[in-house]
Amino acid sequence: MATLSDPPQQDTFRLSMLFNDTRYRAFTFQGIALLLLITAIAYLGSNLAANLRAAGLQLGFSFLYEPAGYDINQRLIEYDSQSTHLRAAIVGILNTLLVAFLACITATIFGVLAGVLRLSKNWLVSKLMAFYVEIFRNIPVLIWIVIIFTITIAVLPAPRAFRGEDPEATMLLGAFAFTNRGIYIPGPVWGPGSIVVVLTFLASLVGIWGYRRYATNLLYSTGQMLPTFWPSLAIFFVPSILMYFIMGMPIGLDYPELRGFNFRGGIQIGTPLIALWFALSIYTGAFIAENVRAGIQAVSKGQTEAAGALGLRPNRIMNLVVLPQALRVIIPPLISQYLNITKNSSLAIAVGYADITATLGGITLNQTGRAIECVLLLMLFYLTISLSISAVMNVYNKSVALKER
Amino acid sequence: MSDTQHHATAFVRTEAIPQREPPMTAAGPVKWIKDNLFSNWPNGILTVVAAIFIYYILAGALPWMLNGIWTTSSLAECREVLEGAVGACFSVLTERWNQLLFGFQYPNELYWRPALAFVLLFVAAAPVLFFDLPRKLLIFTALYPFIAYYLIWGGALAVPLIALGGCIAGAAVYQRFVKDNFALGFLGGIAAALVFWNIGGLLIPETANDSSWMTAVPSRDLGGFMLNMMLGVTCVSLSIPLGIALALGRQSSMPLIKVICVLFIEFIRGVPLITLLFVASVMLAYFFPPDSTVDLFLRVVIMITMFSAAYIAEVIRGGLAALPKGQYEGADSLGLDYAQATRLIILPQALKISIPGIVNVAVGLFKDTALVSVISMFDLVGMIRGPILASAEWNGVYWELLGFAACLFFVFCYGISQYSQWLERRLATDHR
Repeated sequence: MATLSDPPQQDTFRLSMLFNDTRYRAFTFQGIALLLLITAIAYLGSNLAANLRAAGLQLGFSFLYEPAGYDINQRLIEYDSQSTHLRAAIVGILNTLLVAFLACITATIFGVLAGVLRLSKNWLVSKLMAFYVEIFRNIPVLIWIVIIFTITIAVLPAPRAFRGEDPEATMLLGAFAFTNRGIYIPGPVWGPGSIVVVLTFLASLVGIWGYRRYATNLLYSTGQMLPTFWPSLAIFFVPSILMYFIMGMPIGLDYPELRGFNFRGGIQIGTPLIALWFALSIYTGAFIAENVRAGIQAVSKGQTEAAGALGLRPNRIMNLVVLPQALRVIIPPLISQYLNITKNSSLAIAVGYADITATLGGITLNQTGRAIECVLLLMLFYLTISLSISAVMNVYNKSVALKER
Repeated sequence: MSDTQHHATAFVRTEAIPQREPPMTAAGPVKWIKDNLFSNWPNGILTVVAAIFIYYILAGALPWMLNGIWTTSSLAECREVLEGAVGACFSVLTERWNQLLFGFQYPNELYWRPALAFVLLFVAAAPVLFFDLPRKLLIFTALYPFIAYYLIWGGALAVPLIALGGCIAGAAVYQRFVKDNFALGFLGGIAAALVFWNIGGLLIPETANDSSWMTAVPSRDLGGFMLNMMLGVTCVSLSIPLGIALALGRQSSMPLIKVICVLFIEFIRGVPLITLLFVASVMLAYFFPPDSTVDLFLRVVIMITMFSAAYIAEVIRGGLAALPKGQYEGADSLGLDYAQATRLIILPQALKISIPGIVNVAVGLFKDTALVSVISMFDLVGMIRGPILASAEWNGVYWELLGFAACLFFVFCYGISQYSQWLERRLATDHR
């Protein structure tokens, strides 16, 4: 006699159960998917092998160690045309990271300013900021890069305008030259003993952090409040400046000078870098402005009012109640904007800035004809950057996520 | 008591005073200016700074625009007419509008074809964008891809007809089997369409293109803003179904399918579009059969579609995750299987939630189509940077051309985002 607790009668297996029975269906579909995947890979792989054979090519990365034979103007490490393709790629990687880093900082500044000002009660300013955001969000960044590159080339004077007794253009403060070949700024000269000054500066940063920690602990344990702003400022400047004079002013400045038809000395920031940097930051700034606005609006007014009812002063309400909650909303999209900047910096190729896409994916690819290897390496680089940034972001998200109890 | 009342009445007014205007500073424009522009010192300073900024922009741009020249045939002539005065040389637009819109190789006498396809695009898109229109218009939307293909590329009529026939065959098989089993209907439909296309492809003679009365235009002759529009529309519409499939795959309980989808999405989202375009231009050809010639346009469409599908998949995954768990459980308790629940309960709601995100991706994608100029396709930006600025007549006309491109993109992208905001208000069914 069958009871409910008996195991269900084992059906004989029929072929249609592969499609209709939920117990087996998952296996059918995964089997089909696996089969399709293997077929696709085999098909593409055999095509690749046949094409490579026909073209007489062999995959390999030895071309990276051959001399590159091309020059790169904007570089952070030593490089000349006899260096290898690998070194050219590293120069490109550093340039990508440089412009991405610079643009992230300025984009954040633009974005926060525009986002806060767009919420301002001032009608003219908020409308102006809305205009900025809409204009920049709705036009391709490539067009902005080209426009800003053109402005820099067309508006700034050529280096020869600085020549002669009565030049058309003069250097700002005798140290900064804005030309259409780039901006020349004084570069530091590291004399002997300068390492001590740098170390002192780093130590004072640690000191600021320690002092603030001590002040917070004191506040929480005894309720006694120490001032933080002015002491921090003092720790930031005073020890380094003292050490600078004690060591006998070891760090000097190398001013750019006009020699022949161009400037020599100092640091040159080339026009492509400036155009790319500015275009990326002002374009992404528009997106960040929207994130900032959304984040501030996401903190409900009740929070501000409740903090006021507890007797907090306005700036403490901002620092202790509104900002921590707004940042929780702002930071994840902000980091994905940083990711976008890094990826968009690949548009450098349009203005001739030697980033990784222009060196490895541009000139090296064209010279060696190693399309597959170059593009794969290029993707690998961007993938590494993206995945590591999103890993950091996941850790952050976990740490600030609302603790639900 | 009456005594006090008697005294009081002496001070009570018997007739109402006529209403007076509020003081100057508490009403009208003065109050508005005081409240909105000069409420306190920092605000006042901000206003002045903003006003000065706006003045400089307008002072630079307005004379330049109003003084523009529209009728000369080269930049040199423009400068002669202007005689040193500030002014734009818009004649590059009147002279080269056809190249900017259609590219420099598309035959002049055939411009009516892409133009007609562009106009029909709005007819086809209307029933998708506005739900109030009669549903029968969707038939035209379904036919539109084939009409547009025939109009833009021309050639033998048999090609779009056989493509259409394959789709109809697939749809018929799907309708026949979907009642029994969704998977059977879906896979059967795809198989039927593939069989139909293969058999149909054999029937088209090699010389069909030459004898047709619609002159065939090869893909490499496409260009200008038309190319941006074509890439944008094609890739967005192709990537939505692909994105839905990827999003469902990523939520799937089958580990293999989940892993494939996650790897695909994260890989595509991790690399810039430009590297994918490099893949299309220099690498993809290695993966096709040795003798085949898949043209660049198709390769670019494949890569951009994959790119936007990954982003749309993430948006839709957000929509799926935002759906209350009760919806999934309700569908289960009604006894619906996975395909039925997904089609009837989950996707309609999840897609509604993800519409703003999808539109965002679409706008971003449309802007990104400008990148194809980097792999030397002559889209709008490519035309400007390539043939037009390099020509002897117009070398140096940056502002007018780039401004024109910026305006075109702005009009379309702003229009789409305004539509999405309207749609969001329209679809808001809660919190009334």
